[in-house]
Amino acid sequence: MQEATLEQAVKLGLREEEFEQIKQILGRTPNFNETAMYSVMWSEHCSYKNSITQLKTLPRDGERLLVKAGEENAGLVDIGDGLGCVFKIESHNHPSAIEPFQGAATGVGGIHRDIFTMGARPIASLNSLRFGKLDNPKTKWLLKGVVKGIGHYGNCFGVPTVAGEIYFDGCYQTNPLVNAMSVGVVKAGQTVSATSHGEGNAVFIVGAATGKDGIGGASFASADITEDSVNDLPAVQVGDPFEEKKLLEACLEVIPTGALIGMQDMGAAGITCSCSEMSAKGEHGMNIHLDKVPTRQHNMQPWEMLLSESQERMLIVVKKGREAEVKKIFDKWDIHCVQIGDVTTDGRLKYFMNGELIADVPAHSLVLGGGAPVYIREYEEPKYFAQIKAFNQDTIAIPADLTAVAMELVQLPTIASKRWVYEQYDSMVGTGNTQTNEPSDAAVVRVHGSAKGIAMTTDCNSRYVYADPYKGGMIAVSEAARNIVCSGGLPVAITNCLNFGNPYNKEVYYQFVHAIRGMGDACRKLGTPVTGGNVSFYNQSSDDGPVYPTPTIGMVGVLDNLDQKMTMYFKNDGDVIYVIGQNRNDINCSEYLYNVLGVSHSPAPHFDLEEEYALQDVVLKVVREKLVNSAHDTAEGGLFVALVESAMQKNMGFEVSTDASIRKDAFLFGEAQSRVVVSVSADKAAAFEAALGNHPYSKIGTVKAGGNIRIDNADWGYIKDWKEAYDTAIEKLLNA
Amino acid sequence: MKFGIVVFPGSNCDRDMMHALQDDLKQEVVMLWHKDNDLSSFTTDDCIVLPGGFSYGDYLRCGALARFSPLMEEVIKFANKGGKVLGVCNGFQILCESGLLPGVLLLNDHQKFTCKNVYIKAATDSNFVGKNAGNTPRKIPVAHGEGRYVADAVTIEKLTANNQIVFHYCDENGEVHINSNPNGTTNNIAGICNEGRNVFGMMPHPERACSDALNNIDGRAILEAFAKMN
Repeated sequence: MQEATLEQAVKLGLREEEFEQIKQILGRTPNFNETAMYSVMWSEHCSYKNSITQLKTLPRDGERLLVKAGEENAGLVDIGDGLGCVFKIESHNHPSAIEPFQGAATGVGGIHRDIFTMGARPIASLNSLRFGKLDNPKTKWLLKGVVKGIGHYGNCFGVPTVAGEIYFDGCYQTNPLVNAMSVGVVKAGQTVSATSHGEGNAVFIVGAATGKDGIGGASFASADITEDSVNDLPAVQVGDPFEEKKLLEACLEVIPTGALIGMQDMGAAGITCSCSEMSAKGEHGMNIHLDKVPTRQHNMQPWEMLLSESQERMLIVVKKGREAEVKKIFDKWDIHCVQIGDVTTDGRLKYFMNGELIADVPAHSLVLGGGAPVYIREYEEPKYFAQIKAFNQDTIAIPADLTAVAMELVQLPTIASKRWVYEQYDSMVGTGNTQTNEPSDAAVVRVHGSAKGIAMTTDCNSRYVYADPYKGGMIAVSEAARNIVCSGGLPVAITNCLNFGNPYNKEVYYQFVHAIRGMGDACRKLGTPVTGGNVSFYNQSSDDGPVYPTPTIGMVGVLDNLDQKMTMYFKNDGDVIYVIGQNRNDINCSEYLYNVLGVSHSPAPHFDLEEEYALQDVVLKVVREKLVNSAHDTAEGGLFVALVESAMQKNMGFEVSTDASIRKDAFLFGEAQSRVVVSVSADKAAAFEAALGNHPYSKIGTVKAGGNIRIDNADWGYIKDWKEAYDTAIEKLLNA
Repeated sequence: MKFGIVVFPGSNCDRDMMHALQDDLKQEVVMLWHKDNDLSSFTTDDCIVLPGGFSYGDYLRCGALARFSPLMEEVIKFANKGGKVLGVCNGFQILCESGLLPGVLLLNDHQKFTCKNVYIKAATDSNFVGKNAGNTPRKIPVAHGEGRYVADAVTIEKLTANNQIVFHYCDENGEVHINSNPNGTTNNIAGICNEGRNVFGMMPHPERACSDALNNIDGRAILEAFAKMN
């Protein structure tokens, strides 16, 4: 085959020195097919070349972890009773930026495949979304498309969307973030590894036929979004949730036969990636005959088949002699199941087209941890830090009409109800989601056939990370854990989706390094190791610059019995309202300061990791001892929003008093961390206070039937009006 | 008596229905594969359930392809012999496509998929479902994109006169009005039956409201009606 040129390599996204490295590995100049394979496997998306040194600093061990981070397609943690929980979060930002419906849909499909390729049945999905300002017509188009895409795929695939988060900020105007998470359950001993070994074992491609869609998607994801990105439309994949539903059922039927050596889904970099990663892991090679691959189009070129990211496909390695048994199950589900090659011992991937060898490379050389390059990037403190340090909240006058401020806050799209969004998702299929009738901070999903529940959440306030990457990284992890604890779960592990700008930008890389350091410290302190995840760089555009650093945390926690669950809403007239934790004179970085008062740069809110740890310890204690009737984390919008959210479910009112030693806007709307609002039966108040020990708390008021809200004896109206404003804000903005 | 739940490719509420009937209602359940064409182990005392989901991906039209499954031919014969058949959500759509029930389910008037708790109440007590579900408004989830029941005026008139409208959408106080209509369905219709009162279709999901763990068991009375029907 003809040798590839440097120009071709660069066009495919490789750097000059990387092309040289490939020549060294092969001892010759690669041909075009081989160059294409390296270009996708060495892309940021597949190789983690600019992030791996940092990722390795995260805690990746723990007694519950059944596989190490990065070892398999997703994390696997032991939840007891012979059950494992498999979960992962992944980004689909760039496809969603130019084709929101298919971009988001295939993001959902891809993450579910990562879960069932390990043998687990997905039981819930979550998503974490970031958009520009909602009054912008393009944002409306993106939001509608992304929500429709997530619903389209998830609803048909039959896995409930149980939780998520959406923030709106100008920094995401051109480059929205679409992060999808899936959580599955598997019985111990029924898992499958993404490996390949045993000479002569059969390599099958199963699932959808291969087309030209999604070619080079991994490389596309590894470049900045520009005006020309729309010309990359063929790099966006098209999803078929029906095909994936059949694939799920067939795979879960095949696994218990024991006929499989390994299985891996085909996501980024398609056949190239699955063949090389499985072979490298099993320290074997493969001979693959591309002409046997079922295709959607005629005359597909070898490189197109090697790079295609057509969805709903798996590579499976079957024990020799058991092929018929496996084929029978896929036939039952009317799914392609075609042998395309076999396992060899030489560790090389040899691809043939009609008998002609068209690519021959060592599997190991393509993959992360093998031959893929590793870079250590330089970083420097961002210049905007000066602006942040210069802010002093004492220069901000307290507005005269705080009720009006509060009304504006509850209608900010970042704070307001996401009802318009989540009602388009099937949140109840699977009859496991306990949120529908009994909401709690984290979603709690029951595990059929066991008493257990799994608590799950996604969290990241990226403005905090922008203001202080180290602290912001700690807060993202801590808030996730706080939500789990408030719901009665014991946090066990995280997955993360690290959405950042261009890593070659030194300020961006500074954010990356320090956010990871913060996450790592918080994970170590809270006992929640990292099981894996995804890095998404190049989230920036020529118009808006890099997005806020957004290390989205997906966390799972365990409830040994669903009875341990705690809800987040006020229940009884006369219950005493407490804040566990310290209220502080702090309006920094709050929605109030940023979106209502228009201060763009201020330091991250108060946070102290030791204080957070102690808080979660006492919250879990009072929740599990049922000393509280509700528990709700104080987050965006501060204490006032937390109170309103707690009161809405049952149309309760509340009477609270502020603290004279703290500015009133800080008391109501400040976002100092490590605070939880709880309601306590009057007759349990003494026991509750005793259980808190030395941890700071304040008794701030009482729950009132009838729905009236009174603050410092002033009438703030009725909860139903606050709820109406909160529930309809996003619909109103969309229809405006 | 026993229940047979038909699994089509793309069914996704089949297991939920199985859990509700088997675990919560303690009924005997047999899972049936759409490619099989044998219902000989079922008598007219039994009930065949077509569950919710996206059979055949809802390609072409919801329920349009499932109607041609080998097992559906047997289900039609079974229904024509007087056997009980219940279709929920996609199952309701399949029953309409197969002609066992009149009318069609069209795209919701707001053109969006909608998933939430709604209230329904029995529109009639002239069959075992209405009799058992009674006049109490029951909180039952809906989850559909195409749930707007539509038929020509003559059919609607006949359904009404003949007490074949089984459920209406209502509010939590049992009032049937436009604000308690989640999808623009004709006359707030949530479920109907055939003239023989042995084939039932409904858009809401009673199987999602049967478990104590989910804190809503309003759906039990509806499914229990099928278990107690003879």
